[in-house]
Amino acid sequence: MANNNYYDPADLKKFGKISEWSKELGDKFFEYYGKVFEEGALTAREKSLIALAVAHTEMCPYCIDAYSQDGLQRGITKEEMMEAVHVGAAIKSGATLVHGVMMMNKVNKLEM
Amino acid sequence: MPNIKKKKQQSLHKRDSEFAIANKQLEKLSNGIFANGELPTFSEKIKETDQFPLRPSKLEILQINVGYMCNQVCEHCHVDAGPDRKEIMTRETMLQCLEVIKNTGAHTLDLTGGAPEMNPDFRWFVEEASKAGIQDFIVRSNLTIIRANKKYHDLPEFFKKHDVHVVSSMPHWTRGKTDKQRGEGVFDQSIKALQELNAVGYGMPNSNLRLDLVYNPSGAFLPGDQTSMEKDFKKALLEDFGIYFHNLFAITNLPISRFLDYLIASENYEDYMYSLVEAYNPAAVKNVMCRNTISISWDGYLYDCDFNQMLELKVASQIQHISEYNEDILNNRKIIVSQHCYGCTAGAGSSCQGVVTN
Ligand code: SF4
Ligand code: SF4
Repeated sequence: MANNNYYDPADLKKFGKISEWSKELGDKFFEYYGKVFEEGALTAREKSLIALAVAHTEMCPYCIDAYSQDGLQRGITKEEMMEAVHVGAAIKSGATLVHGVMMMNKVNKLEM
Repeated sequence: MPNIKKKKQQSLHKRDSEFAIANKQLEKLSNGIFANGELPTFSEKIKETDQFPLRPSKLEILQINVGYMCNQVCEHCHVDAGPDRKEIMTRETMLQCLEVIKNTGAHTLDLTGGAPEMNPDFRWFVEEASKAGIQDFIVRSNLTIIRANKKYHDLPEFFKKHDVHVVSSMPHWTRGKTDKQRGEGVFDQSIKALQELNAVGYGMPNSNLRLDLVYNPSGAFLPGDQTSMEKDFKKALLEDFGIYFHNLFAITNLPISRFLDYLIASENYEDYMYSLVEAYNPAAVKNVMCRNTISISWDGYLYDCDFNQMLELKVASQIQHISEYNEDILNNRKIIVSQHCYGCTAGAGSSCQGVVTN
């Protein structure tokens, strides 16, 4: 392998190639993916911001790259992008913390 | 991150930058990734669909560049315009243009610059040209010129009097993005100018006084979908400032002049060219604007488009100057293309009137 990193920005462009090893499933995925991002009850702009937030909580460098660019193309501002990332971060930290209740329940049950 | 100095106040010419020279730009566009086979050249690409050489269709638009002087120094400017540029069309050349306007089959006259209003003979020319019975008479106004100096304050009334179609640049509906590309304070002055144009009737929903905006990306990325951008612009400008306009034209930045300089300084050049080539749309080729346009420079020379003008690529024809204009002979020419043409054929395509495919 020429590249010694796990992530290579050039791989993003090759995403479509995953269909080569399983055409039916790959095609179905991309068809679904395309549909999801079409204008619907939510605007394509709103969907782009959701995608950007999720890209961060999933910590996917490919998606961060793609949806930062997508946001700029849609005229989304830096401030809007950063707020979306904070929404993702808040949900992620909230999700961590709310499990603290589970811990408290368990400890309360076990402790005398 | 590359360290690029923001807000350069001078043209590339004034700064003695290498990209002030057309040949240096063409060299950059032909070497590297295009010479080593990594990316196909534009002519190779259009050969795939038998569209090389590119030929003119019917002439519809005469675009006249009346000078490179401008009150702004936008970072992306493909003209390399600015206050320090002195190239200005003379009245003598304007008279030659008027002769052609009267006898042309073209239905659209498109005056551009620089800031065309800064040419001392601008008003005289508009008055004369508006008598020639052209269907669509466009003036590309950068908006801030209307506010720049008292002598320009009545421009909205002047435009109205001569039924001029005003087309103005507006990179974004927020101050930050606009000022970054076009200079500090440009946003506020543009908003005021738009309100003044609205006040005399320009851009109002049922008005015949046409006011269109041009959007081009404020950086090394392609424009988004023109229809949804127009929706977003309309909503934001109306809600925030009570402004109306008719259409939004989304234009791709072509990699020449100051935008090329920016791409290289910010280390975005190769990625940008990759994305243009990747977005290449063969269907856009048949509607690129050089096919129905002739561009005339301040000194009366003829070009396939304003971009070729800046690259000093005169039309490939025995007729190269307005003084010897002949539409039939010009129509037989081959259009000169280079890698910058990928900018006109990426995605939905791009021209002075926005996208070129439906
Ligand atoms: S882009 Fe237009 S307004 Fe800006 S410097 Fe160039 S000619 Fe002037
Ligand atoms: S840059 Fe000029 S010559 Fe090239 S495709 Fe665009 S309009 Fe035609």
